[in-house]
Amino acid sequence: MAKVLMKGNEAIAAAAMKAGCKYFFGYPITPQNELPEFMSRELPKIGGVFVQAESEVAAINMIYGAAGTGARVMTSSSSPGMALKQEGISYCAGAELPCVIVNISRGGPGLGGIQPSQADYFMTTRGGGNGDYRHPVYAPATLQEAVDLTMEAFDVADYYRTPVIVMGDGMIGQMMEPVEFKETSNRELPAKDWATTGTEGKRQPNIINSLALDPAELEKHCHKLDARYKEIEEKEVRHEMYKMEGAEIVLVAYGTTSRIVKNAIDALQKEGIKAGLIRPITLWPFPEKAFDAIPETAKVILTVEMSTGQMIDDVKIANKGRLPIEFYGRTGGMIPTPEAIMEQVKEILGGVK
Amino acid sequence: MTEKVIMAGFGGQGVMSMGQLLTYAGMIENKQVSWLPSYGPEMRGGTANCAVIVSESPVGSPIITTDATSAIVMNLPSLVKFEENLKANGKLLINSSLIEQKTKREDVEAYYIPANEIANELGNNKVANMVMLGAFLELTKIVNVESVIEALKKVFGPAKEHLVPLNKQALERGAAAVK
Repeated sequence: MAKVLMKGNEAIAAAAMKAGCKYFFGYPITPQNELPEFMSRELPKIGGVFVQAESEVAAINMIYGAAGTGARVMTSSSSPGMALKQEGISYCAGAELPCVIVNISRGGPGLGGIQPSQADYFMTTRGGGNGDYRHPVYAPATLQEAVDLTMEAFDVADYYRTPVIVMGDGMIGQMMEPVEFKETSNRELPAKDWATTGTEGKRQPNIINSLALDPAELEKHCHKLDARYKEIEEKEVRHEMYKMEGAEIVLVAYGTTSRIVKNAIDALQKEGIKAGLIRPITLWPFPEKAFDAIPETAKVILTVEMSTGQMIDDVKIANKGRLPIEFYGRTGGMIPTPEAIMEQVKEILGGVK
Repeated sequence: MTEKVIMAGFGGQGVMSMGQLLTYAGMIENKQVSWLPSYGPEMRGGTANCAVIVSESPVGSPIITTDATSAIVMNLPSLVKFEENLKANGKLLINSSLIEQKTKREDVEAYYIPANEIANELGNNKVANMVMLGAFLELTKIVNVESVIEALKKVFGPAKEHLVPLNKQALERGAAAVK
């Protein structure tokens, strides 16, 4: 299929439909509104359902219900709306319900602003809801990647019976780039024999539930989930290495910020400064092993985020105390410039030498 | 070759669609492209701008800071706001129909194009954006005019194909204005 020029929000919606998503439940919030708008226009055409719920809490519980029938379902929101969805996401994790949730994040805390931000890292990777659960988080940096990862997210959700988050920010949501919708899925997915599709009197009813009052039973359930999370950590972690060979300094950045960091790295290269990038594509599972491959030439790590420093905790874990770690961030909807990042690199390298 | 262009004006002047057409045309020519709009709590008639990058190599950050190679400004607030974003020797295309003053920058190539007057002569004030785009293409040659026409057809769809000749004329008049 030929490339088409699309807005990020629309491209994610189109990718979801391409992946077989027929049911969308959401509540409006900037800067992701083009996504539900697209769904409201396109889903009825294919016999799907779009519901504008009365709140984000209602939308995520509609997801719980629809996912329980085994259908491919999606909701999307932005930071404060995502916070409201956390209870429902925890319930979906507990009840092992596959679903894809998109967060086109914005500045916070509170109602915050509407400009791009990466301040939802903690909420998204640490479990904003209660209990012993995890879920994969994809952080695309380009619209093509947003399309590919959204389609992948549905497969991963079904395969592991888990909620999956796709997280971008206002820039990813609002910008336009050419995208191509490729036929990707070659994963063998298990039959959804757990879904509540009606017994027709032929089998025992399936029950979708996250309540387990017997601690021994609940512990068993948590261990089952944990084994699955360990498998995800082993098999689904993704990252990109950029210009790492001979790098004196290793930058770590994801999503929007990683694009700006690449500009900075290219410009530094022209000035004879060797900088490389580790770009996590999955935020959970975090690409810890990528840090084992940092070349010996590297003297220091610089984490760059659109927050006051959240991913840096994972960088510290992955670094295992080997290299000093510096931080540069803008927050509240401010976007770092390549020039400012270059400045930081020069200052840090000057200090390390 | 990488062209980083800021397009700015007030809502309704067609700066967003002008940017999208350029982006689309770049894509048709298999170039690497990005289109980034400003978004915010704007009202009708408020300011609108977008950043377009057309390049032979992959686009890194879609944001244009102080490294714009060109800027197209359709009204005075846009000139004041964005002339600072141009690189030295960058091209500054000013809609002189609505902007009476000159640029403060002495290190850029400024072009004063009476876009609204030209558009009115063509019988439709709405194609002022295409006049500016025509001038921009003539100056930068970043994509072929034919690709923009092709993009127009795709964006308009068959129902509005009758508008293509008018837009084509506007592109040509814009080009002629800076020849």
